[in-house]
Amino acid sequence: MIRLAVVSGKGGTGKTMVAAALADVSGVPQVLADCDVDAANLSLLLDPRRVSTEEFRGLAAARIDLARCRDCGICADRCRFGAIVRRDDAWTVEALHCEGCGVCTYVCPMGAVSMEPRLCGEIYVSATALGDLAHARLFPGSGNSGLLVNEVKKRALARSAGKDLLLADGPPGIGCPLIATVGGMDAVLVVTEPGVSALHDLERLVTVCRRFEVRIVVAINRFDLAEDICRRIEDYCDREGITVAGKIPFDPAVVGAVRSGRPVTRTESPAAGALRALRDNLFSELGLP
Amino acid sequence: MKIAIASGKGGTGKSTVAANLAYVLSRSRDVVLVDCDVEEPNLHLFFPAAAVDVPVTTPVPAIDPARCTFCGECGKFCRFGALSVLKDSVLVFPELCHSCGGCVLVCPQGAVREVPRTVGRVACSRPLPRLTLVSGVLNEGEVQAPAVIRAAKMLGEGHPLAVYDAAPGIACPVIETLEGSDACVLVTESTPFGLHDLSLAAEVVEKLGIPAGVVINRSDGEDAPTVAFCREHDLPVLMTIPFSREIAAVQNRGGLICRDLPGWEERFAGLVRKVSP
Amino acid sequence: MIVCITARAAGTDAPVEERFGRAPYFVFVNTETGASESVQNPLVDAAGGVGPRAVQMLSEHGATAVITGQVGGNAGKALEAGGIKAYAYRGSGSVADALAGYTAGTLTPLALS
Repeated sequence: MIRLAVVSGKGGTGKTMVAAALADVSGVPQVLADCDVDAANLSLLLDPRRVSTEEFRGLAAARIDLARCRDCGICADRCRFGAIVRRDDAWTVEALHCEGCGVCTYVCPMGAVSMEPRLCGEIYVSATALGDLAHARLFPGSGNSGLLVNEVKKRALARSAGKDLLLADGPPGIGCPLIATVGGMDAVLVVTEPGVSALHDLERLVTVCRRFEVRIVVAINRFDLAEDICRRIEDYCDREGITVAGKIPFDPAVVGAVRSGRPVTRTESPAAGALRALRDNLFSELGLP
Repeated sequence: MKIAIASGKGGTGKSTVAANLAYVLSRSRDVVLVDCDVEEPNLHLFFPAAAVDVPVTTPVPAIDPARCTFCGECGKFCRFGALSVLKDSVLVFPELCHSCGGCVLVCPQGAVREVPRTVGRVACSRPLPRLTLVSGVLNEGEVQAPAVIRAAKMLGEGHPLAVYDAAPGIACPVIETLEGSDACVLVTESTPFGLHDLSLAAEVVEKLGIPAGVVINRSDGEDAPTVAFCREHDLPVLMTIPFSREIAAVQNRGGLICRDLPGWEERFAGLVRKVSP
Repeated sequence: MIVCITARAAGTDAPVEERFGRAPYFVFVNTETGASESVQNPLVDAAGGVGPRAVQMLSEHGATAVITGQVGGNAGKALEAGGIKAYAYRGSGSVADALAGYTAGTLTPLALS
């Protein structure tokens, strides 16, 4: 089974649109994962039917038992994250800032502080016409996005028996959730666009991905909006030995398809044609039929 | 005054709005523009200028071998796995360290001290006479975005007017950026993705008690669901920027529509009046 | 010497667990006396940084070798630093089966980094 993640570096380049399109025309048995747990959009294109919902508990947060608290304030003094504040004339933990380090629990002379698991999000599994989809929602301000990404991947892997492809829609950026997504993948498809920001972010992303043993392939979305910058991207890929497996033109059919809640490959349009060609080039690179 | 520019979804045009807003503001007052998207900073591409780099460090443990008895207390305390105590050595994993200082406190031998470790930098420049740019940059492979964001915001302190360009999404780095802001501009696009992610971001600013307004970017005219959402949630729609290949071309090259296309400076000046009267 | 095997339950009949840091149990076997001790892993639900802490647990129990399915990068570094040798077992057998493979010399060393 090939494990492929669709990533981008800069947000908004069209990752989710491309991932949904590839899933639509892949023609192989597959399982899907939406690893963009901050802003999970893949399900908006796949008409999912929810099969399961699980709670996700991340790093514990501190809690002060006011019955034992002597109001000495040592916990607030030692907390480096500004998470212990004065409210209603008592010391209280602001969960949004609590890093879960446990220092307050250690220093409290009254044993009034304890670390408790905190609900940070939910993990979902849904059935779609294109295969089972593992996805998640991270509650605002939560850390542990990397951990939640791993939980999503685990659920997808648990449903991967007999599949030829695990296709993951990845998060933007190069931080924890991206690293958690790329770990253990066989290949990443970087969806970029012809802009100076996107090229800059492409370079940073490639640096990070090179730390893993993954095949890196690029697709350029909306390539015709700035053909000179598109050429610069192609030159960069050429210098770095990275294959550009597809170039998708700007096409109003894409937004139309997103508005109808389906992959653009269900339409007859220039973008759909380019995405089918991307699928063929990409799969041939990866050894898929 | 501190104005944060945020969005649920990536790529909606946060940096574009932040850059144009800061440009227009700098025509009449001193402004500091702080790039808090430290994983993918790009405001320097709109405002290229020679910059001075200030390293951002975070404290990580160093073990004094003369005092360490390998008792293992530090390794047992650390919830992030940054310390592994073996039979005759202690392994430190600095990239896992959250700099809480707990290991220093728990060591019975006083064998742990903290040493600074560089996780990123803040680049400061003056691209325009009244515009200061402060860009936070997180080193590749590092995870301590909040530390770099705090440093960047700190270098922007003392300016009467600051514009913070946040990372996309709603995780820790965004919360860190929004902290202490007086107002937030949420940038969205008129697609189901944009609206879905706008609702997540709106929830966050509401929880943080920050007054917010919305800019709809790349509009193709089909904004009714987004406008309805804004009305339901008391979010003023501050401006709608239509999709146009001309605008996209200017932005993709790192240009500013306020400077390079007619009429936009006035429109952004209108946005300024709504946000900071 | 003491060998650690990652397991899904307590005891030498328990099936081997492929993951290292989040294995439900660590079974420590003294190869000279044959005595075994099963320790429930407190790190199973921990948020992160599990690898290095698990290695510290092994070191505390005096293990000089571990038999498991795979180890992450940080755990690998800690094992190497601690001089604990790692061997791969990915079959569906029990702790006792894995140990037999180790004693017979049929297990391959695990790549640590």
